[in-house]
Amino acid sequence: MKTTTYKVAEQLDKATLVDFYRQMALLRVFEERAAEQYMLGKIRGFLHLYIGQEAVAVGAIHALGRDDYVTTHYRDHGHALARGLSVNAVMAELFGKATGCSKGMGGSMHLFDASLNFAGGYAIVAGHLPLSTGMGFAFNYLNDNRLVATFFGDGALNEGEAHEVLNMSALWNLPVVFICENNLYGMGIPLSQSMSNTQLHKMAESYGIASAQVDGMDVLAVREAAETAVQHVRSGNGPYFLEARTYRFRGHSMADPVLYRSKDEEAEYRKLDPIAQYGEWLLSSKMATQKKLDAISAEVEKQVEESIAFAEESPFPSPEDLYRNVYAQLP
Amino acid sequence: MTEMILREAVTKALREALEDDRVFIMGEDIGAYGGAYAVTRGFLDEFGPERIMDTPISESVIVGAGVGSALAGLRPIVELMTINFSLVAIDQIVNHAAKLRYMSDGQFSVPLVIRTVTGGGGQLAATHSQSFENWYASVPGLKVAVPATPYDALGLFRAAMKDDNPILFAEHSLLYGMRGEVPDEWYEIPFGQADIKRKGNDVTIVAYSRMTHVALQAAAMLEEKGRQAEVIDLRTLRPWDKETVLESVRKTNRVVVVEETWKTGGFSGEIASTIQEEAFDDLDGPVARVGGLDVPAPYNGTLEAAAIPNSERIIKALSDNYGI
Repeated sequence: MKTTTYKVAEQLDKATLVDFYRQMALLRVFEERAAEQYMLGKIRGFLHLYIGQEAVAVGAIHALGRDDYVTTHYRDHGHALARGLSVNAVMAELFGKATGCSKGMGGSMHLFDASLNFAGGYAIVAGHLPLSTGMGFAFNYLNDNRLVATFFGDGALNEGEAHEVLNMSALWNLPVVFICENNLYGMGIPLSQSMSNTQLHKMAESYGIASAQVDGMDVLAVREAAETAVQHVRSGNGPYFLEARTYRFRGHSMADPVLYRSKDEEAEYRKLDPIAQYGEWLLSSKMATQKKLDAISAEVEKQVEESIAFAEESPFPSPEDLYRNVYAQLP
Repeated sequence: MTEMILREAVTKALREALEDDRVFIMGEDIGAYGGAYAVTRGFLDEFGPERIMDTPISESVIVGAGVGSALAGLRPIVELMTINFSLVAIDQIVNHAAKLRYMSDGQFSVPLVIRTVTGGGGQLAATHSQSFENWYASVPGLKVAVPATPYDALGLFRAAMKDDNPILFAEHSLLYGMRGEVPDEWYEIPFGQADIKRKGNDVTIVAYSRMTHVALQAAAMLEEKGRQAEVIDLRTLRPWDKETVLESVRKTNRVVVVEETWKTGGFSGEIASTIQEEAFDDLDGPVARVGGLDVPAPYNGTLEAAAIPNSERIIKALSDNYGI
């Protein structure tokens, strides 16, 4: 953590600040155990781990209101948990069980919870950005002061529709908080090989969108930057683009042999582990003791273990579920 | 009863839809320009710029924003100027609009109508003359309407606006001037209900969109030869009215399916296959199919016309398959 003081640290109470640690620890343990379950064959398909990026989801989502919408990409377990989806329901969804948040119909890349305004997990790179534009449009149309926070990776800005979205959101003054999780790689391609302009927030500026870059490994910096973004948008100033520089410690997905970057590079970034950093900050700021942090670690471990047991014991959806919800019933 | 052209029927349907505050229209040149096909002329003045949204040329976001605003509780009508441009938005239509309800296990729905203009025959050349409604008709989660008359356009659109599913509403570019009678009393046409446009006992002609009218021309020619054709206008491709088609085939024992798009991979294959699966013993010969020739649409008018099904080709197909 930088030694700068955080305005947001003065505005939030100690319990909240300590809870950021708990949230990030939960995300980390969840992903690590999910990876193990994947290797055991309990989770199938694709699994994209959020390990290393926890500060972005936790810091940014905390700045939102209950009525705001959240959309994100396929690396979505962290956002889902940060938004408050039940750990049991998310693990069960990964296991493809009927107790999953989408009853096993969506899987890892398509987590949804309408009660928390968590409008998905999306597998098509940049595919959810036009949707987020539409949500922003609806909130303006209904004049209800809601906003949508949409998370996407650096790779999403390769897609044409991302640019259509930036243009239209600026043009129509839409209440969208764009959170670009720049983890420096689009699958196996480093940023410098896919973007002519690697300062991604500057790209947003060229559309007339207020933007900033933030250290995505620093949860308080993210929380503070997200606050600025949310205030800007909720005051009717149109969209805001926050580029969070972060790093994923594992591969693109469980199938990735990670041939495209060095172990040395990974080791360098591991020194910036957002959870370790924040733990040190909590200790040095006397917000928590090591004993407290250890207790939190134990608590989230237990929570995730229980979710695995829950998922194991849950039933699969039945063949009758196959056609349900292809269509909404006619009124 | 009021006589009107198909364009007027759609305009009327849109006006009715806009009575619901949750409805707005979004698309390219639908406002200030009055609509590329003049369907929304006057709407900008009448309904204002918050509800009649002219967009940049960004099909992907036009559809995606339609999906997103539907997820957030509105009932949008978005326009893709022609179905040719829908290819730019096909990911939003197929991967997002069609699948969000299923992937969220019903937590989110997409009550979206995507209006578009389909078909060729206007010498607009290869990239502006296509009909892809058959491709979209393959996608679970979508519904597809292909009206051929003012009555059908109005009735189907009313049903579409009540439906909470994403619907592709494909109006044919050459049918906007088609005249027809429309009841003054309220009526609706459910999706999946074909219309027998002409009754007959000798042969069944299944068609949709502009080909319905080509089929009726063929029926007139057949009548001169003493044969009565039953012309079935499908009106919707997804769902499509299998029962009406099969009932007719069981009666006539001879059937030709007519479709404007390329024969290869056309929806006529789906229909023909279903007929031979379920009414095999009622057929006097193989199901005939008349479709667009497998070429990109040429600019030259004579060549273009040769590539699109006409009544002569329908007559010939019936003669080849059934000897009539």
